[in-house]
Amino acid sequence: MSTTELSELVALDIPSPPALERLRLGIADTATLTRRDLLIWLRNPAFIFFTIIQPVMFVLLFRYVFGGAIPVSVPGGYVNFLMPGIVAQTAAFASFGTAIALARQLQKGVIDRFRAMPMARSAVLLGRLSADAARLTVTVAVIVAVGYAVGFRFQNGAGPAVIMLVLAVVLGLTICTVSAYVGLAIKDEESVGSFGLVWLFPLTFVSAAFVPVSSMPGWLQAFAKNQPVTIVIDEMRALALGGPLALHAWQSAVWLAGIVAVFVPLAVREYRRAG
Amino acid sequence: MLAPLGARARDWEGPAIFVEGVHKSFGEVHALSGIDLVVERGRVLGLLGPNGAGKTTAVKILTTLLAPDRGRALVEGRDVVRSPAAVREVIGLAGQATAVQEELTGRENLEIMGRLYHLDRDTRVRRAGELLERFGLVEAADRPTKGYSGGMLRRLDLALSLVSLPSVLFLDEPTTGLDPRSRNGMWQVIRELVSGGTTLLLTTQYLEEADELASEIVVIDHGLVIAAGTARELKSRVGGDVVEFQVVERARLQDATGAVRELSDAEPLVDRETATVTLRVGDRGSHALVETVRRLDALGIHTEGLGMRHPSLDDVFLSLTGHGAEEAQPGASRRRGAERLRAQE
Ligand SMILES: Nc1ncnc2c1ncn2[C@@H]1O[C@H](COP(=O)(O)OP(=O)(O)OP(=O)(O)O)[C@@H](O)[C@H]1O
Ligand SMILES: [Mg+2]
Repeated sequence: MSTTELSELVALDIPSPPALERLRLGIADTATLTRRDLLIWLRNPAFIFFTIIQPVMFVLLFRYVFGGAIPVSVPGGYVNFLMPGIVAQTAAFASFGTAIALARQLQKGVIDRFRAMPMARSAVLLGRLSADAARLTVTVAVIVAVGYAVGFRFQNGAGPAVIMLVLAVVLGLTICTVSAYVGLAIKDEESVGSFGLVWLFPLTFVSAAFVPVSSMPGWLQAFAKNQPVTIVIDEMRALALGGPLALHAWQSAVWLAGIVAVFVPLAVREYRRAG
Repeated sequence: MLAPLGARARDWEGPAIFVEGVHKSFGEVHALSGIDLVVERGRVLGLLGPNGAGKTTAVKILTTLLAPDRGRALVEGRDVVRSPAAVREVIGLAGQATAVQEELTGRENLEIMGRLYHLDRDTRVRRAGELLERFGLVEAADRPTKGYSGGMLRRLDLALSLVSLPSVLFLDEPTTGLDPRSRNGMWQVIRELVSGGTTLLLTTQYLEEADELASEIVVIDHGLVIAAGTARELKSRVGGDVVEFQVVERARLQDATGAVRELSDAEPLVDRETATVTLRVGDRGSHALVETVRRLDALGIHTEGLGMRHPSLDDVFLSLTGHGAEEAQPGASRRRGAERLRAQE
C-alpha cells in the first residue's frame, strides 16, 4: 500500500457495549481486584504489622503506660475513654497501606498494565477501597476484642455499639480516599513511606483520641476541637458510652462527605493521568 | 499447546498498526515530533532508539495510556483516541516496568489476569498452565514471584501480556537489564511467539536485538523517524561493518585514502587530525579488511590500529545524524544521512 492510500484509511466504528453489560463487567472487575488486594495484604508481613500488631500495641501502651496519668470523666474510667479514640486512630492510620500499595503498583508497571486492559477505569480504585473496607473491619474487630480483654465495655447497648464500629470503618475509608490521592500523586513508594503521610499524625494525635481536648494548650485546642477526626471521635464516644448524638452526627456526616467529594475526584484524576 | 495468537480482529483488512503524524509533548519536551509507522499483520517492527528517543511514548500512545497531541494512530483499525476500549480488547502490553505482583505466585498472577479479561474458569486455568509451560516456569509456578530471577520475571511479564491471546503485542525493551543468557532465552520465546502470527512492536536500544527479532526496523531519535528498513539494509546502507586505520606518515594520508576509496560504500571518512581513515564496508567486512591490508602494503603505507568492527547503534546514529567526529559540519553530514535514507526508498 502506498502512503496516499493509507491516509485514506477509515477507522472502524466500534460501538461501546450496552450500559448494563458495562456495569456487570465493572462489578466483576472490582470484585477481582478486591480479592487480589486482600490476597496481597495477607501475604505482606509489613501490612499485617501496621494494621493489626501496631494497633494492639497502642491499646496496651495507652491503657497501661499513659493511662494512669490521664484523668478523664467517663463511666468506667480511661479504658472506656480510650477505646473509641484508638479505634478511630487505628482506622485512620490503616489508610497508610492504601497510599503505599497504590504508589508501589504505579511505580511498577501494574497500573499501566491495568489501564491498557479492557477494564472499567473505576475498578482499580473501587477494588482498592472495598479491600480496604474488609481490612478495616478486621482491624477494628481485633482492637475491640483486645479492648474487651483489658477492661473496656460498651455502655450504651448493642445497636449504638455496632453503629460506632461502622462509623469507624467509614472514617477509615474516608481517609483512605485522601491516602489514595496522596499515593497516586507522589507516585513513589519510598517517598510515600517517609513523608507522604505526615499529615496523619497531627490529625490523629492532636485530637480527642487519647486525651481530653481540654488538657491541651489553648492555641492547640482550637484546632483539636474542630478538626474532623475529633468530631467523629466525639460521635463514636457518644455512641459507645452514651451522651447527646445529634450535633456531632451531622457534623461528622458533613465532614466525611466533604472529604470524599473532594478527594475521590482528585484520586480519579491522578489515576487517569498516571501514564 | 497454546492456541494460535492473532486469531482476532478479522473485521479489519488494513495494517495492524498505523500511525500518522503523531506528536506528543510534555511541556517543553517534544517526545514525538510527528512520526509515521505502518506494520502489516504478522510482522515484527523493531523500534530502535537511544534513551529519551520517544520509544516508550510511542508505545504508550498505541496502548491508549497517553493521548497524542496531534495525528492519528490505529491498532487493528481501532482509533486509539476515539475507541480506546476497542483497542484494549485486541492488544497485549509488556511495559518497561514489570506488572508482576511480587506477593502473588506466578500462577496467581496469570489467573487473576485471566479473570480481568473475563475468561471463564476453565479457560483461565488452562491458559495459565499453558503459558507457564511455554515460558519454562512450571517448577516456580506456585512460589511467590518475589523469589524469581530477573529473567523469570521478564518471562512471566511477557506471559501476562498474552493471557488474552492479543492480536497485536507491544513489548517495551523486553530484555534491558538481562544477562546474555536470559536475553537469549527471551529472544527464543519471542521468536516462537511471532512464528505463530502475532503482530509485534518491540522497542530496543540494541541493534543486535532488533536484528534478531524484527522483520523491519524503524530508528527514531529526538521523536523523529530517522531511518527505516530491514536490519540488513540498515546495517549495510546506514552502518555496515567498519574498517578503520591510522596512517603513520601523514603525508601519505591522501594516497592511502585513494587506494581504498572503492572498498567503501560511501566516501571514506578522513580525520586529518588523527590521520584516521574509516571505511563503510557493508557486510563484506573480512574481504574488505584483507583487501585494505593488501593495497596499503602494495604502496608501502604503514598503518596503526588497523581493524574491522561490526556496526553498533552508535555507528548507525553517527552516519545518520553526523553526531560525533563531524560535529564541526553537522549540516553536511546530516545531508549525507538524508541521502542514504532516500537511497533506501
Ligand atoms: N511523563 C513525562 N513527563 C515529562 N517528560 C516526559 C514524560 N515521559 C517522557 N518524557 C520525556 O520525553 C522524552 C521521550 O521519553 P521516552 O520515555 O518516550 O523515551 P524512550 O525512548 O522510551 O527512552 P528510554 O530508552 O530511556 O526508555 C524524554 O526526553 C523524556 O524525558
Ligand atoms: Mg522507554
